Amino acid sequence: MNFSLRFLHRTAALLLGAALLTGAAGELAAQEEGVTRGEDGKSYTEEGTPTYHVGEDGTVDWYIYQGFRRYHSECHVCHGPDGMGSTFAPALANSLKRLDYYEFMDIVVNGRGSGNSVMPSFGDNPNVMCYIDDIYIYLKARSDDAIPRGRPAKREDKPDAATEAEDACFGT
Amino acid sequence: MLRVTLATVLLGTVALAWPAQANDELMELMEDDNLWVIQTGDYANTRYSTLDQINRDNVGDLRVDWTFSTGVLRGHEGGPLVLGDVMYVHTPFPNIVYALDLNDNGRIIWKYEPVQDPEVIPVMCCDTVNRGLAYADDTIFLHQADTTLVALDAETGEEKWKVVNGDPKKGETNTATVIPIRDKVLVGISGGEFGANCHVTAYDIESGDQVWRAYSQGPDDAMLVDPEETTHLGKPIGENSSLDTWEGDQWQLGGGCTWGWFSYDPDLDLVYYGTGNPGTWNAAQRPGDNRWTMTIMARNPDTGMAKWLYQKTPHDEWDYDGVNENILVDLEIDGEMRKVLVNFDRNGFAYTLDRETGELLVAEKYDPIVNWASHVDMDPESDTYGRPVVVPEYSTAQAGEDVNVQGICPAALGTKDQQPAAFSPKTNLFYVPTNHVCMDYEPYRVAYTAGQPYVGATVSMYPPEGDDHMGNFIAWDAAKGEIVWSIPERFSVWSGALATAGDVVFYGTLEGYLKAIDSETGDELFSFKTPSGIIGNVTTYTHDGKQYIAVLSGVGGWAGIGLAAGLTDPTAGLGAVGGYSALSNYTALGGQLTVFSLPE
Repeated sequence: MNFSLRFLHRTAALLLGAALLTGAAGELAAQEEGVTRGEDGKSYTEEGTPTYHVGEDGTVDWYIYQGFRRYHSECHVCHGPDGMGSTFAPALANSLKRLDYYEFMDIVVNGRGSGNSVMPSFGDNPNVMCYIDDIYIYLKARSDDAIPRGRPAKREDKPDAATEAEDACFGT
Repeated sequence: MLRVTLATVLLGTVALAWPAQANDELMELMEDDNLWVIQTGDYANTRYSTLDQINRDNVGDLRVDWTFSTGVLRGHEGGPLVLGDVMYVHTPFPNIVYALDLNDNGRIIWKYEPVQDPEVIPVMCCDTVNRGLAYADDTIFLHQADTTLVALDAETGEEKWKVVNGDPKKGETNTATVIPIRDKVLVGISGGEFGANCHVTAYDIESGDQVWRAYSQGPDDAMLVDPEETTHLGKPIGENSSLDTWEGDQWQLGGGCTWGWFSYDPDLDLVYYGTGNPGTWNAAQRPGDNRWTMTIMARNPDTGMAKWLYQKTPHDEWDYDGVNENILVDLEIDGEMRKVLVNFDRNGFAYTLDRETGELLVAEKYDPIVNWASHVDMDPESDTYGRPVVVPEYSTAQAGEDVNVQGICPAALGTKDQQPAAFSPKTNLFYVPTNHVCMDYEPYRVAYTAGQPYVGATVSMYPPEGDDHMGNFIAWDAAKGEIVWSIPERFSVWSGALATAGDVVFYGTLEGYLKAIDSETGDELFSFKTPSGIIGNVTTYTHDGKQYIAVLSGVGGWAGIGLAAGLTDPTAGLGAVGGYSALSNYTALGGQLTVFSLPE
């Protein structure tokens, strides 16, 4: 199966799940107005797009942590540590002040470029696409200054749902 | 007192050892220090010039003579070539070549711009750098980012031939220069972060036809090794010396990339180069020693057959690519003159080997902070002879997947990366630009997709605890394995050094300063801030009898990624940004050649 298609199906399913959850998440800790946490430990905005959760003591959710790791494996060789940019690629901690979730996804999946500056398509790369929400959530948290630079000091445990989603995505 | 002579490459008489061939001319040109005909200064990679008009007494008067904008704003590594009245300048992607008229204020005689698919740009791991052109037989050789090797008429810039060495769709790219030897041009390839299976390839200098290719890992015949004749630390490597150190087919994604510098000893007729990291940075996915990645190779340039190999970092767990330059000099060690090879490895050890046999003579840390290994086992009777003794606390393989190992020194940048060192036979010292950076490293499982990054580790870099600088420029005694003096620099020194008979050593800094220092004392004699950070290598030549110093500015490369935004300070806790400077506060993108001379 085409990897991108499989990934997009999964995303659609997650978004649908999030939309359903939004209505019935009273007991979940809301970080911001309208933000809810699903059973998978992932937070969602009112629009149903993924977002981050940082506890009062700075404990980050699993997805921020995973996003931190995956960003620094797949993205930072161009975009610099901590989403701060390099001499030739933009600081994504700034870009996410402008780009919404869907624009971010479009660029990562399809790539884009102009002149000697090129963002490749990662649509076929499971190391990126299986963690694309995580990377988005991490960068969104950086963009909102919800987390400082560097490795998150404290994190929540890995939810079973995250392991299941990972296995399903890699087809293992 | 240590006595040193330059490698026989400079002596000239050795050219009689084989039938006269086209590039006896190149050897003669290399001996003429009025020119700069090969990136490395000479086949021995000494980056030493006998020119002495500019010397320790007058270098303080140096001033900018002329400048040239390359028109490209990316990391500018390497440097110009000078042949008579013409200077050849290259750029990062799109790899433009300019021939400049030194008789006419750098007028552009010709310009060559290859057409390359921009899709190659994101497949290059760390900026679109290129380490420069080579020359032989009235031909300029350009090895493009997309692995096309093109031969250009030095006079007109017209293409003579071109050949494609690799496939960017599989993550194969090029950043390195090439080495012409007799009737062949030898080229390397990049792609270790994309699971490429790397090699060195020789092409016929006249036609561009492939003559031989030697892979860094795999079956014996593909690697051009002889199980009986090829040695490792004096012993035959035996059959399947590579395959037996990998699990399954992992060697096919084995990296061993060849993006560093080549050196050549015409007397021994051996070419030397190093191989890079074994593919993924997650060591758990590739059990075994992963031979022959991270290895110094000595090969016959006509056949490619390996004479000896030495693996510096078996089973790499830190991305300590073994590609740094091998400098060929003759040194007195323990009272005996030896033909040696000196290598300042990414892993923080400086190795001195007998370059005829591959015998290991010295292996010492050239930055005291190096902590991942306590030492290299120097006992020939030991089972672990020649291997680094890894400190378990800093072993990312022993910690295992999904564990963040902290405080490893050096960082993946290495104590030194591609920035070449210089050697002065007047002081018997090596002048080495270094990084002074540590890291946290967390490996995890990664899946392979052709043409996509294949890394599998998260790395955070920062200055060593208690230090406020991220680089040093050191003088090194390779016979003793000792630092003689060390100049701290705010950022990594990512520029290649130049040593001259004027008792001066030159290097550039990431802020953009060109510096001249006294080759004996290390005292700073001159400093000038060019428009952008310097990651190029300093060059000298004469024109109309006058000595010039030239250097490319243009910040970028791996240094431009890691340092652009500043590094985090682990001691500040919670990953907060400490007092460490961001390079972006000192310099911005550029692409300029600056040429210095003394006032009339």
